Amino acid sequence: MASAQKGKSKRPSKLRDSLVYALVWLACFAPIVWLAWKGYAGELGANPIEKLIRQLGVWGLRLLLVGLAITPAARILKAPRLVRFRRTIGLFAFSYIVLHLVSYVGVDLFFDFRQLWKDILKRPFITLGMAGFLLLIPLAVTSTNGWVIRLGRAAWSRLHRLIYVIVPLGVVHYYLLVKADHRPPLVYGAVFVVLMGWRAWDAWASRPGSPAGTGRPARP
Amino acid sequence: MLIRHAPDLTDNDVTDQGLYLKRRTLMTGLAGVGLAGAAAGQARAELSFTKGFSTTEKATPKDDITSYNNFYEFGVDKGDPAENSGRFKPRPWTVRIDGACEAPRTVGIEDLIKGNRLEERIYRMRCVEGWSMVIPWVGFPLKDLLASVKPTSKAKFVAFETVMRPSEMPGQGWNTLDWPYREGLRIDEAMHPLTLMAVGLYGDVLPNQNGAPLRLVVPWKYGFKGIKSIVRISLVESQPVTAWNRLAPREYGFYSNVNPAVDHPRWSQATERRIGEFRRRDTLPFNGYGEWVADLYRGMDLKKFY
Repeated sequence: MASAQKGKSKRPSKLRDSLVYALVWLACFAPIVWLAWKGYAGELGANPIEKLIRQLGVWGLRLLLVGLAITPAARILKAPRLVRFRRTIGLFAFSYIVLHLVSYVGVDLFFDFRQLWKDILKRPFITLGMAGFLLLIPLAVTSTNGWVIRLGRAAWSRLHRLIYVIVPLGVVHYYLLVKADHRPPLVYGAVFVVLMGWRAWDAWASRPGSPAGTGRPARP
Repeated sequence: MLIRHAPDLTDNDVTDQGLYLKRRTLMTGLAGVGLAGAAAGQARAELSFTKGFSTTEKATPKDDITSYNNFYEFGVDKGDPAENSGRFKPRPWTVRIDGACEAPRTVGIEDLIKGNRLEERIYRMRCVEGWSMVIPWVGFPLKDLLASVKPTSKAKFVAFETVMRPSEMPGQGWNTLDWPYREGLRIDEAMHPLTLMAVGLYGDVLPNQNGAPLRLVVPWKYGFKGIKSIVRISLVESQPVTAWNRLAPREYGFYSNVNPAVDHPRWSQATERRIGEFRRRDTLPFNGYGEWVADLYRGMDLKKFY
């Protein structure tokens, strides 16, 4: 790895590109593999269903935040090619959230849809979580290159800014189910605020006529 | 009040004591607590007790009871109490019993264990979070302890307080709750024969993570009413402050009787997951103890006094 990094060529080799991609995939798969292994070994504790649902949700939220961090990271590190991982990570986040929902509906409620509907109407944390999930669906569906072309870059970008609403819904969803120790959801909330703060700053700095401006519109 | 005993209770429902003791020795050794080998012979405080009022339901495995519970003094995660309670010293220990009584006293834990007729009581435990267990406690009725200090007519409530030891209880370093933990009961609830002061679990002394050396068990109320590691019990005239009620009064009432018809504001209380079971089961009013305790609340609006 060390010698590969010394390579001066601007465009990394195909092999290295594939390796990096494989690493990202492995990293995204790691939590589910780890959960499956713990479950198989009976190490999810006395209440494995609760643990599984919670962990799937938390990993979904983490990956959403990683996805939101990519644009700032690409700009700050001057590594524009990082952006190619955004779709992969976003789709993994969506997958974890789908599993989170499926395990809640299928395992916890055992497909009791009447109870599910009552929960959605009566429990703010479930209402918000479900809203976040529904808003994620169009983003997952339009994640392909075909849809970017069909919608046009600008419209596609606008649609995908929904993520700025979805992530805080996820954070509040988490915050509301915690009994007393709000530190974990607050940490995720803080990360979100920082990432959005960077975007606001970036948009301001690159506004037309700004001396520091690059003229590039801010992107999700 | 007559408490019906369950005649068909068998010991098969409970982990074999020998097997359990072996496990315990192993765990103690691993944790490096109490100079394992040398002390193992004479230091084990085995409890002698008779069988008392119990459910015939299958007891939750000891490993689950001791590895999954809430004890915020040791951390907010349900695995934290088992993980972080190794440094806690439940002995020597004294409890102060005072307030509206003629004979306030301070009593040591060994005297409590020797001076009371211990019973094993296998009770259901329903957590406010929606899970439940069946737990074989060993203890004595709180009413016996209260009678020993001769409460006066001013004793309308009982206030309990957990020990304050931030050096041994890392969770007390965070102000998740307003420490020390406090709980309370109305005097008739406290004098009810089902209300238990537990000193043991699965036939042995209470493990640190489950509230050693002395805790309250009120089987018809949500688990958080069962205050742990008690150092003070006061007979008082007005309703005492309780820890969770103080944090979120709309969510955790003073009474906190198990009630499937009164939801927690953020989640339903209609069903529960019994630890070890796959499907959720219906939650019973008063956690199934209504036959014995519903009279205490006759005429009260339980939606208002949740």
